[in-house]
Amino acid sequence: MRYPAFLQRIADRADVQPARVLTFSINGQDVSAREDETILAVARENGIPIPTLCHLDGLSERGACRLCIVEIKGSPKLSPACVTLPRQDMEVITNSDRVLDYRRKILELLFTERNHVCSVCVSNGHCDLQALTIELGMTHVHYDYLHSQHTVDASHERFSVDHNRCVLCQRCVRVCDEIEGAHTWDVMGRGHLSKVITDLNQPWGESTTCTGCGKCVQVCPTGALSEKGKSVAEMTKKRQFLPYLKLMRGEEQK
Amino acid sequence: MSRLRVATTWLDGCSGCHMSFLDIDEKLIELSERIELVYSPLVDQKIIPENIDLALIEGAVSSESDREEALTLRARSKVLVSFGDCAVTANVPGMRNQFKVQDVLSRAYIENSTSGNVLPSVFVPKLIEYARPVHEYVTVDLFLPGCPPPADVILSTLNELLEGRFPIPIGKTRFGA
Repeated sequence: MRYPAFLQRIADRADVQPARVLTFSINGQDVSAREDETILAVARENGIPIPTLCHLDGLSERGACRLCIVEIKGSPKLSPACVTLPRQDMEVITNSDRVLDYRRKILELLFTERNHVCSVCVSNGHCDLQALTIELGMTHVHYDYLHSQHTVDASHERFSVDHNRCVLCQRCVRVCDEIEGAHTWDVMGRGHLSKVITDLNQPWGESTTCTGCGKCVQVCPTGALSEKGKSVAEMTKKRQFLPYLKLMRGEEQK
Repeated sequence: MSRLRVATTWLDGCSGCHMSFLDIDEKLIELSERIELVYSPLVDQKIIPENIDLALIEGAVSSESDREEALTLRARSKVLVSFGDCAVTANVPGMRNQFKVQDVLSRAYIENSTSGNVLPSVFVPKLIEYARPVHEYVTVDLFLPGCPPPADVILSTLNELLEGRFPIPIGKTRFGA
């Protein structure tokens, strides 16, 4: 909880409100964590790989893609590591056959939903979704494709959005809200028909809140958001700014 | 030593995978001592023969003729490889799937045509509703993604198959490669 500023300074002092440290295990390896750290964060600190798509260091967690699912002993369901906090003595498994199988299925389903044709994509070779096919060992899609039709909005002067490539990770929504502070992006609709929108589903070029900063383009994992003028495989994303800006904003708020 | 009977075909695709196959250059000579190309766009054989050891299918299944070709090759081959992104995912040919066949034909032969306004009715295979990956019609034994799969990966995959092993091409080639 947040206190008034003069109390918050006391509340933030580790000697007054020490964060509880707990121990649990990941793949049989004992690890320790602050109680407010996610399983994903602890795994990464310990060099244990968990694949992610919607997660991006510097943004809040959304739990949108479910690729980071892990097994927790005693729980019948799989839990997303990015939004699950560890408990004392919890036993987490990140690499069982069941987990790997479900992750690959989730990835394949992402490919069935929209039109992800790597060979003609601006982000070919620089795409998080494409890289995941290798990481998760996906050679083909076992399901029928939906062949759904989505639009392209190229009304913005410098950027365009191709909804056919969107995986609904909402990185653009979060970076616009949390870092840029504009909250131009949001989501409408439900299920696989959801769509990221600018303002109240107005053309991006007519948005009155968009500052044109381009952060959404840089954090987008696929070719959904790109800079105009980029041809196939030319769109590389630059994300180095994010941890730095996150740090600056954090300090400003204290 | 009897040579392995290999067939390749080119369904709905750009032939780029076959070009990449030819890009193994001088290694083709070595390879030709171990395989016999019994059916392929690269040889003059119009009818799919029996007793094929290995079939490579390039391209998506887009027409009735593609479908028949895939089914026949499957029936006559021991091992069938989905060769390249179009065969594996429908890739670029699959981009027409969000439109109706009639609209696609009309865009190509009427709206953008300067020479006439007639849809083809003879010699051209009839398009089916969707361009689909090969494995949606027949059982595929090995998937080789890539647009196109790199020549060295094609060669190493063939060499592995010749030794009776099933290589997993993950990490060597990828979608859109």
